[in-house]
Amino acid sequence: MKATGRSTIASTFQKIKNQAELGWQELQRRRAVIMVGAATCGRAAGALEVLRAFKNELKKHNLDCPVFEVGCMGHCYAEPIVIISKPGFPPIVYQQVNPVIAKRLVREFIMGDDPCLESVLGALEANELVPSLADFPRAQFEKKIILKNCGYIDPEDIDHYIANGGYSALAKALQLTPAEIIAEIKKSGLRGRGGAGFAAGEKWATCRNASGKPKYVICNGDEGDPGAFMDRAILESDPHSVIEGMLIAGYAVGASHGYIYVRAEYPLAVHRTQLALRQARKLNLLGKSILGSDFSFDIKLFQGSGAFVCGEETALIASLEGKAGTPSHRPPYPAVSGLNGKPTLINNVKTLAFVRHIIDKGAEWFSGIGTKNSPGTAVFALAGKVVNTGLIEVPMGTTLRQVVFDVGSGIPGGKSFKAVQIGGPSGGCLPESALDLPIDFDSLAEAGAMMGSGGMIVLDEDDCMVEIARYFLEFTQRESCGKCTFCRLGTKQMLETLAEFTRGKGEIKDLDTLTELAEDIKAGSLCGLGRTAPNPVLTNLRYFRDEYEAHIKEGRCPALMCQELIAFYIIPDKCELTCDACVGTCTVEAISSHPKKRYKIIDQEKCVKCGTCLTACPPQYNAIAKLSPPSEVPK
Amino acid sequence: MANTKEKTKNKEKTRRLLNRFSRQRSNLIPTLQKVQEELGYLPREAMLEVARFLDVPDIDVYGVVTFYNQFRLNPPGKHSIRVCLGTACHMKGGYITLDAWKRRLKIDQGQTTADREFDLDTVACVGCCVMAPVTVVDGKPEGQVEPTKVDGILLSFEQERKKRGKKT
Repeated sequence: MKATGRSTIASTFQKIKNQAELGWQELQRRRAVIMVGAATCGRAAGALEVLRAFKNELKKHNLDCPVFEVGCMGHCYAEPIVIISKPGFPPIVYQQVNPVIAKRLVREFIMGDDPCLESVLGALEANELVPSLADFPRAQFEKKIILKNCGYIDPEDIDHYIANGGYSALAKALQLTPAEIIAEIKKSGLRGRGGAGFAAGEKWATCRNASGKPKYVICNGDEGDPGAFMDRAILESDPHSVIEGMLIAGYAVGASHGYIYVRAEYPLAVHRTQLALRQARKLNLLGKSILGSDFSFDIKLFQGSGAFVCGEETALIASLEGKAGTPSHRPPYPAVSGLNGKPTLINNVKTLAFVRHIIDKGAEWFSGIGTKNSPGTAVFALAGKVVNTGLIEVPMGTTLRQVVFDVGSGIPGGKSFKAVQIGGPSGGCLPESALDLPIDFDSLAEAGAMMGSGGMIVLDEDDCMVEIARYFLEFTQRESCGKCTFCRLGTKQMLETLAEFTRGKGEIKDLDTLTELAEDIKAGSLCGLGRTAPNPVLTNLRYFRDEYEAHIKEGRCPALMCQELIAFYIIPDKCELTCDACVGTCTVEAISSHPKKRYKIIDQEKCVKCGTCLTACPPQYNAIAKLSPPSEVPK
Repeated sequence: MANTKEKTKNKEKTRRLLNRFSRQRSNLIPTLQKVQEELGYLPREAMLEVARFLDVPDIDVYGVVTFYNQFRLNPPGKHSIRVCLGTACHMKGGYITLDAWKRRLKIDQGQTTADREFDLDTVACVGCCVMAPVTVVDGKPEGQVEPTKVDGILLSFEQERKKRGKKT
């Protein structure tokens, strides 16, 4: 690009940036700013009611304070979260806020000077009043790059993003040549965050060098792994970071059109991304001659329709073309021949979100984080039986133990750790002995699991490993598109065998058949879905074979989970006799009193094994037991 | 069963919606989504209209509709119940919650109650794993839905209905 072109880009962007900063600084001068974490998870916890309570209370007292929605901070265990910044105080994060607390905060903190310390989670900067989040023990393990903005800016206001350094990487990139950008991405060692970990720079270069016009850039936001919600959180909390990544990618590979493919199950992500696209277009950050350069690029949002296999790139392209999402053979890779037969670059949401940081801070900064072969950070959705559930970002190379026990604070309720499930239906369950494994693409694959898209479910002693294998097989079997015989019929057969086990049937030799079949499915399937579908079963068998044997040989579920192998029983000696808690809560009226002795009895014929009585029985009596096999129940 | 009058109405509505789209095969999924948004489901006559408009064989439209989980072929109930069966929800008892819904509504997943008040289905994962087990009621994710909360949710609908009944 000519020098004059460069200066136009720089000055056009500077004007936009100045405008955005003006608004941001104005915000900091207000009496108080209230930010309510209202991503899907916050909303499920009641964030919208809290938002309404703040607005009503402020109106009642005639206060003019900005109240707006922000995305997900990652501390999902503490939702709904509210951040209040008031001059003279550090920005304070409040946890588990409800409408009553919201009203109090307005009256006592905003109108008065009492920061209501009992609801505080932490502060955003070091101070003498409340401990800051950076002082939390978990903070030393975390490093936020792509989640940095999430929860701290209004995703529905482009100015917040720009005032916090947004789109400056785009302005910088447009002053470089495409070859320079690709070289930088290659040098950074960025690997695709969709699961397989393919080198992003290589993909970009292939697409750049492929002939054919127009070229496309697709953002894969079809996050179908059950238990993964990182992409959703990013699109809901910081959609512009993905758009900026796509713009830079588009400029680098020479594309003119982009698509963001979002799951239909994420309506809020769809809404906020649509809005972000409109706002970017208005500022000419999308469209023709972006920032006065000769680069033109526009992005459309495409809603998926609920098919897991569409996360596979060729299936995703088929879906965009209006067909059933069945994968096709590679090569040719989409980078050479993709959408409408044209060169198409497909990257995951997180991969694209990293791009702006690499362009901004340089390849060396990025490759300095994490490990040699897996640079950067990994984003995980931590859920299941863990105290601090939520979204975390840690440098690659952090061990699983640090993630589960230091960042996640371990297992709740005094239970013991059993396994951690990584990579969803394509990954596997890793036991205690694998906890010191560093998290990176290669170590996880070696242990039989997979980085996958980043769902991490912690399992404790109450979770049955046979059942979880059956669960994943049920999922992949249902979601198999049916194109390859091995995947279509093989997963069905595997599922049936596993289902037999959970009913206490089957034989020991079935375990060998299962392993054999698993290997065949891996070899005989075209796409990632089929090739990885047996993983949960294989790792499970490798580390937890004894549980399978207990099911088959003894008809016993050691974790007391498989419904057909357990029974609930009220221990007469422990029953309090006059208490009716279990009788009242039983959803099928299966519990009655003994006519004479008055202790409670469960009618095993009627019992649906929902476990409601177990939670209802007051802990001081603890009279209800789960037994396996059901024949353990005394007659 | 839809009668002739309803069919004609569906057809007309579909036609009106189709005018907003260009006649490209790549518009097949977006048009079907739009039609379903309006009608609540995809009746035969609507699928035929879409096929004619985009000039694709009827069977291709049917193929796409049945391939994707989001499209439905029967009319929805007034309230939609979606039980999340993601990994976290499953491990925390989502399957027990599903059983409870089935028992209370007396229908199977994918069905609508006879009075068309409720339809019940499962969803792969709504990404609120930390609130597990989750049920999405009328588009709003509810956390920690266990069998007793199922009864509670149904009770609140029942009360609302009674209130409405009194007013009219």
